[in-house]
Amino acid sequence: MATEVKEGQDIRKLVRTLVQNHGDEKAELIPILHEINRELGYISDEAIKELSKRMNLPSSHIYSVATFYRMLSTEPRGRHVIQFCESAPCHVTGGRLVWQKLQRELGLPKGETSQDNKWTLLTTSCLGLCGVGPVMVIDNDIYGNVTPEQVPGILKNYE
Amino acid sequence: MAYFRSHVLVSVDPVCVQKGAYELIETLQDEIVKQGLVEEVQVLETSRIGDPETEGLDLMVYPEAVHYTKLTLDDVPFLVEEQFLKGRIAEQYIRETKKVVDEELSAPKTKEVRIVLKNIGEIDPLNIEDYIARDGYMALGKVLTEMTPEETIQEVLDSGLRGRGGAGFPTGLKWRFIRNAEAEQKYMICNADEGDPGAFANRRVLEGDPHSVVEGMIIGAYAAGASQGYIYCRAEYPIAVRTMKTAIEQARNFGLLGDNILGSGFSFDLEVRMGAGAFVCGEETALMASIEGLRGEPRPRPPFPAQKGLWEQPSNINNVETYSNVPQIILKGAEWFSSLGYKKSTGTKTFSMAGDVKNTGLIEVPFGITLQEIIYDVGGGIKEDKKFKAVQTGGPMGGCLPENLLDLHMDYEALAEAGSILGSGGLVVMDEDTCMVDIARFFMDFTQDESCGKCTPCRIGTRRILEILTRICEGKGKPDDIDTLRYLCDQINENSLCGLGKGAPNPVKSTLEHFLDEYEAHIYEKRCPAKVCKSLIRFEIIDGLCTGCTLCARNCPVDAISGERRQTHVIDPDICIKCGICEQLCPYDAIEIK
Ligand SMILES: Cc1cc2nc3c(=O)[nH]c(=O)nc-3n(C[C@H](O)[C@H](O)[C@H](O)COP(=O)(O)O)c2cc1C
Ligand code: SF4
Ligand code: SF4
Ligand code: SF4
Ligand code: FES
Repeated sequence: MATEVKEGQDIRKLVRTLVQNHGDEKAELIPILHEINRELGYISDEAIKELSKRMNLPSSHIYSVATFYRMLSTEPRGRHVIQFCESAPCHVTGGRLVWQKLQRELGLPKGETSQDNKWTLLTTSCLGLCGVGPVMVIDNDIYGNVTPEQVPGILKNYE
Repeated sequence: MAYFRSHVLVSVDPVCVQKGAYELIETLQDEIVKQGLVEEVQVLETSRIGDPETEGLDLMVYPEAVHYTKLTLDDVPFLVEEQFLKGRIAEQYIRETKKVVDEELSAPKTKEVRIVLKNIGEIDPLNIEDYIARDGYMALGKVLTEMTPEETIQEVLDSGLRGRGGAGFPTGLKWRFIRNAEAEQKYMICNADEGDPGAFANRRVLEGDPHSVVEGMIIGAYAAGASQGYIYCRAEYPIAVRTMKTAIEQARNFGLLGDNILGSGFSFDLEVRMGAGAFVCGEETALMASIEGLRGEPRPRPPFPAQKGLWEQPSNINNVETYSNVPQIILKGAEWFSSLGYKKSTGTKTFSMAGDVKNTGLIEVPFGITLQEIIYDVGGGIKEDKKFKAVQTGGPMGGCLPENLLDLHMDYEALAEAGSILGSGGLVVMDEDTCMVDIARFFMDFTQDESCGKCTPCRIGTRRILEILTRICEGKGKPDDIDTLRYLCDQINENSLCGLGKGAPNPVKSTLEHFLDEYEAHIYEKRCPAKVCKSLIRFEIIDGLCTGCTLCARNCPVDAISGERRQTHVIDPDICIKCGICEQLCPYDAIEIK
């Protein structure tokens, strides 16, 4: 996860490059927001302002789109983002116990970021990997058949 | 195309990746280069092979179908030398033989018929020539040279193919609407948003046989007169997105997409668009709004997408599986396709089985097979031989069906009659340890969360239902809750704008109908029969069984367990948070849930 705080200048440059590559049609808004989210870890006000100028769209429109989709965030996130699958197939194969363990282990409720900025704990709906549920994703790593006992060990892999 | 003498399959499912599957692939490739076998041996990624519980890495070698297990990276050079250079089986690494190759998709069972899944695991999805070698793009050639658009539509209509994304609308009819609409620009859209929890068939098709979808879309575009297409794929499927992009690129290079396809004068191009994590975007009008760069909110229909769709132009939208059936229908004919299936549901359907069933994974069966056959004959029955309780079909807008409906013949109509839907073919099997009120609450939590909030009945109604169900699970249910739930279900169903709101009550309605006794036990007796709802259970250590091993006490997260070594332990109910860890850990089954 790239979450070093970027300077305003860098953010504006990033947005400009993205708009250049994608073009400024409205249909490119979501693909561009995806990339900003990936680069900055979230979609900052600064980025929205610049994007509004470059794409000729009101900031309010960009903001309303960015807040609609779960994978786009307008809040800063921790260095590592955990997404736990909360859908039924994972839930019935033991996901409930893993989820409890995860929350306890991190001391975080759903949707929160830890004080030291290390973790953000999110839930996601089915990732289509139910055959190996319970499933969780940390940054880009997928873990399947997770048991409560494995949780501390998995978390240790991250700095 | 290049012919490889041998294929090595390495599983890249999450468990294997954790164990180092990608490192294995790299080491294999290095070794193959080193031993000069690049032209002869191909390394392929596949889904799960064998049993994920075995330690170490494993791989399969074809055509011999040898399964090597418990490998370490250090074994690779010797293995490659023995197996591929010297051509003999390295016996010391074959520690078990398994018939099952890929647990997410195993070899077809007797009751299966594979049309949509036929190529998966058999071809390299990143190589168009593999697809072409198996009749790929022959149907497109046939359509472009021998059939008019109208004949193409008629063939699809005659086959009886219906939409696999949920509603089951006849595909040929949809295409005809678009054909007859007057407009300069028409669009062909593929719904690859597969958001139903428990469904993963679309993902496997996109990842394993991308060209079947591309070919189906080109044929559809030719029939309907569309010149541009979009595949809207959920962002949670990054591999599918990558695979589809590669497939499109290759098809373009082969002159199968773009201007003047195969010299026919017909032009069509395709693009992949990614979602951003919103379940409601699977709904067709919301999906189109999302492609346009807007919030993915549904809008009222009519006008239907066939009249005013993407950018107000006539647009056809079909599911992944719908499209991937098309090439086979064209090649083998409508009559062949319609001879499979049951009543008004022709052909086959994929089902993604998950939950408490022994063989989870993907299957493809002709319509008309019973739930009993699916769960027991194909699925191998319930895990740990527990008792079956219910099966949830059709995702969060589907219903839960009890044991006495197991003889139901699966088709669109029968499921609708039973208060559920076919949806995208997700099947979640639940055993006796499942609390049906908890499950209903769980689905409601999902739909409540995913409701886009545009219309009141869905936004407020799902929240109210969730409040009531939560209350019941907490032991605070009131006598009139059941009537209120029924009332709310009807209101939401009748007055919601889109399918999400209309279908949201189904899990509650169906559990109320088939498992009313469980609701009653929660409300009147403050008891959870399946012993799941935390507020209604207690953990207790049984005197005669506890050996005082201290395992539970050492692992209880809140130190609720006390006792001397070799003495019976006790749980303090005021401290216990009912996490269930002690019960799972106790080696002597001395902890009971009451
Ligand atoms: C909330 C909601 C979610 C849906 N999700 C999907 C989906 O993930 N995939 C899909 O193909 N259809 C989905 N549908 C159905 C589509 O609106 C549409 O009917 C379908 O894509 C048409 O394709 P078909 O005729 O090939 O089935 C969903 C509908 C609703 C109301
Ligand atoms: S029914 Fe629900 S999801 Fe559909 S438009 Fe209304 S609020 Fe949105
Ligand atoms: S784990 Fe079981 S046997 Fe050991 S102390 Fe706890 S209850 Fe007793
Ligand atoms: S259920 Fe959890 S909290 Fe309660 S005693 Fe057992 S381990 Fe401790
Ligand atoms: S339900 Fe968790 S991955 Fe499908």
